[in-house]
Amino acid sequence: MIQRFLEPIGNVVIRLFEETGRFFIMLGRILFWSPRPPYDIREHFKQMQRVGVDSIPVVFLTMLFTGMVLSLQAYNGFARFNATSLVGSVVTLSLMRELSPVLSALMVTGRVGSSMAAEIGSMRVTEQIDALEALATEPVQYLFVPRVFASVLMMPLLVVMGDVIGMIGGYFVAVSLLGTNSVTYYDSQFNYVDMVDFTSGIIKAAVFGLIFSVVACVRGYYTVGGAEGVGRSTTRAVVVASLTILLVDFFLTRLLF
Amino acid sequence: MSSRETGQAYPVSSEAKIRVEDLHKSFGNHVVLDGIDLDVGTGEALVVVGPSGTGKSVLLKHLIGLLRPDSGRVIVDGQDLWAMDHLERVNFRKKFGMSFQEGALFDSMTVYDNIAFPLRRSGKKPAQVRERVEECLELVQLPNIASKRPSELSGGMRRRVGFARAIAHKPEILLFDEPNTGLDPIMTDIIAEVILGIRKQLRATIVTITHHIPSARKIGDRLALLSGGHILFQGSPDEFMKSHDPAVRQFVEGRATGPLTGEFEKGLHRTIGEAR
Repeated sequence: MIQRFLEPIGNVVIRLFEETGRFFIMLGRILFWSPRPPYDIREHFKQMQRVGVDSIPVVFLTMLFTGMVLSLQAYNGFARFNATSLVGSVVTLSLMRELSPVLSALMVTGRVGSSMAAEIGSMRVTEQIDALEALATEPVQYLFVPRVFASVLMMPLLVVMGDVIGMIGGYFVAVSLLGTNSVTYYDSQFNYVDMVDFTSGIIKAAVFGLIFSVVACVRGYYTVGGAEGVGRSTTRAVVVASLTILLVDFFLTRLLF
Repeated sequence: MSSRETGQAYPVSSEAKIRVEDLHKSFGNHVVLDGIDLDVGTGEALVVVGPSGTGKSVLLKHLIGLLRPDSGRVIVDGQDLWAMDHLERVNFRKKFGMSFQEGALFDSMTVYDNIAFPLRRSGKKPAQVRERVEECLELVQLPNIASKRPSELSGGMRRRVGFARAIAHKPEILLFDEPNTGLDPIMTDIIAEVILGIRKQLRATIVTITHHIPSARKIGDRLALLSGGHILFQGSPDEFMKSHDPAVRQFVEGRATGPLTGEFEKGLHRTIGEAR
């Protein structure tokens, strides 16, 4: 009876340790291989386009509506104690410090992380990864380094764009829909906002980029069991990466500020 | 080494290019290789035959260091694959060319880019790459398909493009994993002919895995029968065909009952017993 109760808990704990171990081992291998030649510049640019440029529409829409709804909600709340002049600051602070990095990272994980895991997983089950190794090419170097590098580099850029788009969305709602004075709102956006608010979001974005890309690579790399296995890997990559991002977000916020 | 005419046409040295010593490998509780000893001479063409699921591909992947033995050694050109560090092993694989069961072509690239892959990685100039890719495609009898995607090719074509990619960098050792499984009889023979053509041109040491006896006889200087994790028989194709070894006889004649299927039969009896 007790054993039946404890067994699933034990399995979850083992899987948790296994997953964490694989993550850090893979991270170590990626760091080991990244400075080594040959450098495949074409592959680097291809991945940057995939993670960065191709994700612009998703991040654009996500952050536009987030900025808009944030402005709406903040105005609603602050109007109750005549503090609507603070709406701009609250919107900017929330976007830069929290919403832009986290929401962008979650959207990009769904869009790019899943496709990375699926691509690498199907390369694994069709022996393409073995073929790479047989051709004296380290898969970590050829496949994973460009993907992780592109994610760490592109996520902060997407977040900068997300910050700006979110603020524009907030401005639009506050000024055009709710009738706030445009000059007051514009100024209030930058009151109380420090450079550190901006940089903290950027640091978070880079860390989240690292997390989702490494998780996707690990899940893809350890795929077993044909098409079904690829599906399982893809789902798990997105779930594990998203949860890890939310978890790490808390600790990063606590640690940095 | 071989009494066959085709075998004598190529220089075969008795010095071992590949030596496998007491190789053991299990996956979980399932023992796949249970003490394999095998030598492949320089320039020799060895064909490993055996029933499906007996670990032939696992053996082949050990030869190139894609799998790590639980115990035992794989020695290539006098060097133990697993005594090297990781970086050395990755570079050492340049000696090898391997073709996979379904071709394992990179489906994000064209046929041209697939074959060019090892050449570009080793820093060859575009003109040299183009020349060699065309040469390789001709050798596998597939000219004019360089711009196609792997998904547009038939099974037989994919395997041959896989061969072309494996030989592009002129390796000393070639490994063919089930090159003709699942193909029609004519394509099966074409594949065997292509392998002979490659051998003639590259003069490489070749290890092929198949369960197609006529191809094995055509390609190999020597045949080895792998079953139950052991090499049960080794010899020239003639010796193989004339052998009275019950396992060899069962495989050659393709019988369902015999020593090779002992485990299978035991399982069958158990199932029938349980059903009763």
